[in-house]
Amino acid sequence: MEPLEIAEKIKEKFPEEVKDIREFRGQVSVTVKKERIVEICRWLHDDPELNFDYLKDLCGVDYLGKKPLRFEVVYTLYSMKHRHMIRLKAEVGEEDPTIDSVVGVWRGAEWHERECYDMFGIIFKGHPDLRRVLLPEDWEGHPLRKDYPEKGPDKEWKGFQELLEKAKELRVYQWEE
Amino acid sequence: MIIDTVTETIEVEEGIKIIPGANTIITTIDKIVNWARASSLWPMTFGLACCAIEMMTTGSSHYDLDRLGIIFRGSPRQADFMIVAGTVTKKMAPVVRRVYDQMPEPKYVIAMGSCACTGGIFRSYSTVQGCDSFLPVDVYVPGCPPRPEALMYGIVKLQEKIRKERIRWSPWR
Repeated sequence: MEPLEIAEKIKEKFPEEVKDIREFRGQVSVTVKKERIVEICRWLHDDPELNFDYLKDLCGVDYLGKKPLRFEVVYTLYSMKHRHMIRLKAEVGEEDPTIDSVVGVWRGAEWHERECYDMFGIIFKGHPDLRRVLLPEDWEGHPLRKDYPEKGPDKEWKGFQELLEKAKELRVYQWEE
Repeated sequence: MIIDTVTETIEVEEGIKIIPGANTIITTIDKIVNWARASSLWPMTFGLACCAIEMMTTGSSHYDLDRLGIIFRGSPRQADFMIVAGTVTKKMAPVVRRVYDQMPEPKYVIAMGSCACTGGIFRSYSTVQGCDSFLPVDVYVPGCPPRPEALMYGIVKLQEKIRKERIRWSPWR
């Protein structure tokens, strides 16, 4: 099925949810509201004509100062059977950065959602194990947010600070000519 | 056969003398131990990023580190020096330090690549700005990544350093 057709089909099924449909270089993105995202995904997954059985990617975007709703969670879907793809974008506001988890639909979303939580601080409700996946577990802040300092905050991460102190301590055992 | 012990010794290199006819070499124990140590360096490999690929190339047949007596040792317990090859992240840094601490003395560190030397292009929240902030580095090998020749040159420099050392090998130092 052509991507624009799929987008129209989504709009037919969920007219209140779809906010925008955009085509760029043959790829179609459907912007949706976040409230019924699991329902939309479940339908996309189960509908025999669409059959999106493969979640290619799930990632976050920060549109700080560019869009009224700051974050977006992007779902890139693919159907192994019909060989078509579509991109879903769910808008998430800053005051309430939560969205329902789609782990129930695609099990592979688990680590993607953990990464998204790690980097953007978006909380996935209903996720079985929402921990940081890349950064140390006691890290403060979410680095891919646009207001996070690129060089890191002034306060060094505790684990590295401890290491520097330990290295200083152990310097007395070093060989000196 | 008569050995002519009255013959003058001949200095073939600084600190190394031979007695002609007696088949004897006279030198300091420092020289001989350092010669042995520098000729069989076993590196603890710590490949962290793309530099590790270049390090593997250096070890394989085309460049052949074995001819310098260097055999990669996957365990810190039997290693003589450590090659920190690649970007050290803050999360990985305590692990690098622990591996270094597990190595027996005398031990050395080669920082391979721009990232290990200074942090390289990554002036970011997660990257250590040079592994010398928590490790005593002996040789810095710049490059992104360094060519195998550059790494070998770094190792040769380390060998030069080892040859100049005095008594470091001894348990009573």
